[in-house]
Amino acid sequence: MRKTEASFSRESKLSLREIKKSFSKDGSSLAVLLDISLFARQGEFISILGPSGCGKSTLFNVVAGLIQRDGGIISIQYREVESGLGDVAYMQQKDLLFPWRTILHNVLLGPEISRSVHKETRREAVDLMNRVGLRGFEGNYPDELSIGMRQRAALVRTLLFHKDILLLDEPFGALDAMTRSVMQHILLDLWMDYRKTILLVTHDIEEALLLSDRIYVLTARPATVKGEISVDIPRPRKVTDSSFVDLKGILLDMLQGEIERVFT
Amino acid sequence: MTKRLLYPAILLILFVIFWELMVWQFQVPHYILPAPSRILRTLAVQQSLLLHHTLITLEEVIAGFLLAFVVGVGLAFLMFQFPVLEKSFYPIVIGSQTIPVFAIAPLLVLWFGYGLSSKVVMAALIVFFPIVVNTLDGLKGADADSVNLLRILKANRWQILWKVRVPSALPFVFSGCKIGISVSTIGAIIGEWVGSKEGLGYLMLHANAQLQISLIFASLIYLTIVGVGLFYLVVFMERWAMPWKRFSEVR
Repeated sequence: MRKTEASFSRESKLSLREIKKSFSKDGSSLAVLLDISLFARQGEFISILGPSGCGKSTLFNVVAGLIQRDGGIISIQYREVESGLGDVAYMQQKDLLFPWRTILHNVLLGPEISRSVHKETRREAVDLMNRVGLRGFEGNYPDELSIGMRQRAALVRTLLFHKDILLLDEPFGALDAMTRSVMQHILLDLWMDYRKTILLVTHDIEEALLLSDRIYVLTARPATVKGEISVDIPRPRKVTDSSFVDLKGILLDMLQGEIERVFT
Repeated sequence: MTKRLLYPAILLILFVIFWELMVWQFQVPHYILPAPSRILRTLAVQQSLLLHHTLITLEEVIAGFLLAFVVGVGLAFLMFQFPVLEKSFYPIVIGSQTIPVFAIAPLLVLWFGYGLSSKVVMAALIVFFPIVVNTLDGLKGADADSVNLLRILKANRWQILWKVRVPSALPFVFSGCKIGISVSTIGAIIGEWVGSKEGLGYLMLHANAQLQISLIFASLIYLTIVGVGLFYLVVFMERWAMPWKRFSEVR
């Protein structure tokens, strides 16, 4: 474990430096992000772990460009950018499938907006749907599918945004343990193939350890980066591996103090 | 569907039998309350007369509804796109509802004449309100996260409007239409009462003056058929326009 000295190497795909954000409400200001610095290399799987309510979603909204930040620098591919708007794909806990569209039509949302629906994109969409176990559901409406299937469709849609960077905001948070485990496998499988750069927000320590190359731990609000650990366990990982258990202990310790801070 | 209709049908039949028996029992004169059998006879004998006036009223109602739909949906879109328009129009639209259409009916007849147009305007005035309010609510009520999803994709204003806001407003628009079509006949009938030479409202007034009460009831039956028929036409169009709704209703 090493403290983040923000090693913003030139290989970083996405880097955030000293991101600050506070919200003013009823005249008083509430600091949500105090100072967030982190980076992700090309094709790296990063998890951001923190107590609930610590501002993880705010961070993603800032990176995605949905809300303005108060300060800090966002760089994508070594270039400073206004925000990640247009450069990142974003997936939330809510699947946000449009009930009025069929599943195929839903997953093709990205290409449709950028007016790039071709034969190949369609084939890619169908292939991806087959891969995640949605074969034959192209013409169905979201309301006909189970929550797990809907979330898989949302994942396919996110991939078809055709962005190098994926922001996943607790994408499996609403799923039961079994379905979540299936989704984690699917995500890992797709990531290995596509080598997208993934930032995953989660409060599930095991999920972070199962999936990621590195994990950033955030403090309770106002959030800063408390620490960063590399997970050098070969995949597929098992929760029973001794190194897995060790890292879990370390992460638990790091988070414990923060959870207490929330309740005091 | 058939099962749902069974109970009200039984109730209605029982009521009609009761009505028939009471009229015979107490020898109620037909110019006060005609027996259902007499109304049935009128329906048969006066079929072509009733049909003629029904078609007139139907025409007024449909034209009024379409006028209100176009203006209402259009104004809702404009108010949504340009907040300044909403700020100026919305309070007036709401306020205008405190004026009963009945009260301005004579004015409308004065301005638009005894013909079709005054009734069309009358029906439109009544239908307009639920459509404009519901459409605006629907456009505003689109899920913020869904809108953000499109913003992240750098969708432009029109794409967001067309791909998220309009589909999510559709159920609201149809709610407005259903309310609107249910009250649309009121406008047409009032208009006909105040001044006309044709239509079911005219026929009823005419029949009333001649104490042909069974003809009033016959007109009411036709009017009900028009109202219910139009309502289900809207329901049918709603299902056609939103095929996905079938599945969410099951849940």
